[in-house]
Amino acid sequence: MLADRLNALFRKLPAWPIYIVGPLPGIWLYWQGATGALGADPVRAIEHQTGLYALQLIIAGLAVTPLRGFAGLNLLKFRRAIGIMAFAYAGLHLFTWAALDMGLYWAQALGDIVKRPYITIGMAAFLLLVPLVATSNDRAVRRLGAVRWRKLHWLTYPAALLAALHFVWLVKAWPLEPFVYLGAVLGLLGLRVVAKGARSASRRKGAAAPSPTAS
Amino acid sequence: MAKLAYSRSDYSTPDAPTNLEDITSYNNFYEFGFGKGDPAKYAGALTTDPWSIKIDGLVDRPGEYGLDDILKGVSLEERIYRFRCVEAWAMIVPWIGFPLSGLLDRVGVQSKAKYVAFETLLRPSEMRAQKTSALDWPYREGLRLDEARHPLTILATGLYGEEIPNQNGAPIRLVVPWKYGFKSIKSIVRISLTDRQPETTWNALQPEEYGFYANVNPEVDHPRWSQATERRVGAGLFGGRQDTLKFNGYEEVAGLYVGQDLARDY
Repeated sequence: MLADRLNALFRKLPAWPIYIVGPLPGIWLYWQGATGALGADPVRAIEHQTGLYALQLIIAGLAVTPLRGFAGLNLLKFRRAIGIMAFAYAGLHLFTWAALDMGLYWAQALGDIVKRPYITIGMAAFLLLVPLVATSNDRAVRRLGAVRWRKLHWLTYPAALLAALHFVWLVKAWPLEPFVYLGAVLGLLGLRVVAKGARSASRRKGAAAPSPTAS
Repeated sequence: MAKLAYSRSDYSTPDAPTNLEDITSYNNFYEFGFGKGDPAKYAGALTTDPWSIKIDGLVDRPGEYGLDDILKGVSLEERIYRFRCVEAWAMIVPWIGFPLSGLLDRVGVQSKAKYVAFETLLRPSEMRAQKTSALDWPYREGLRLDEARHPLTILATGLYGEEIPNQNGAPIRLVVPWKYGFKSIKSIVRISLTDRQPETTWNALQPEEYGFYANVNPEVDHPRWSQATERRVGAGLFGGRQDTLKFNGYEEVAGLYVGQDLARDY
């Protein structure tokens, strides 16, 4: 089966190169911005692209569990690195906004966080990621215990939703792209509901039914 | 691109213009796509010759006016204007154009007329995003007659001394420098004089966010972002921000709005 062969490949691949390769697009973006290769408004370009990377990585992280449940692909060992990279790009996005876009207008920046709903929810999404990245290490998993750790990491769901809404909310008119991201997040969250329904249905059928792996 | 003959104008700002490259590669012209780079990429498909403008409504000499006809006997001026987008970015643009009031005088505005309505070309075969329902096409804008007659209000046919590139609104566009950029409608094919305030595209789509007046005003925020400051396009990675000026610095238009509450008439 293709899934088995892919899983065999994934087992051989280490996760650490993600920490090496992951930051490269961000470094490349800043390099291009500094050398004038990003066009008339490099600040906006970097802001937009770092935000997109963060959202894409959040979605990639959210896809790991459904890919296992529905396609039999086991990418679990990469999820921590994906999540940490998502946080890193969200942080770079926030930094770009605060330092380069808002410049020295700190009062306006703080005011915008409070007054502008799309900025408020973007900030909230970032803050929800903070406890997740702080507990993305083996020691934290041991200290919290698997159940509590997993429950804490459900914060990924509201964070993903808020991040996607942050994108939808900031655009003018109705471009397709932000809705594609929102759709992906809603779809991946919806799959979890479907999987949960299937699990409780099979539990109701009694102990004879094969129990699917928890996710 | 053909060189244009023009004279300088006292209405120009002394600020150094934004680079031509930046002015022509960073555009909002949703007929060609949502991306800032889309107009530069796709507006080449637009045929701008022949071109005519239908002038109708409350005018003495309505009709379909060819662009040559409109430009006949018109003396072009360079107007270096500040340009402030509602999205809080700004440029300095050296337009070549002529006052709209001159054209209005030629067609004879009737006394009942109170507003001027404008329409952009509708040609989905050449304006690719018009095949989608991104906006309610054709794009429409409007001015009160006194705003339209103000000497700062021009129809522009050039940029940096040459014919205006398609992505900037060729072959003829409106420029109203004290208003947010979306008021300065591009690629105009119709000008109508009316007795009531015309419906305008952004105002109809999101009235809370885009008013009919849309005067640049640092004191009246857009519901989703502050209008107190702006970023200068072309200033580079560390260009920072600057304060936005009321009426985009064109204080001489303040008289048009005496007695009006600009927080209500935003």
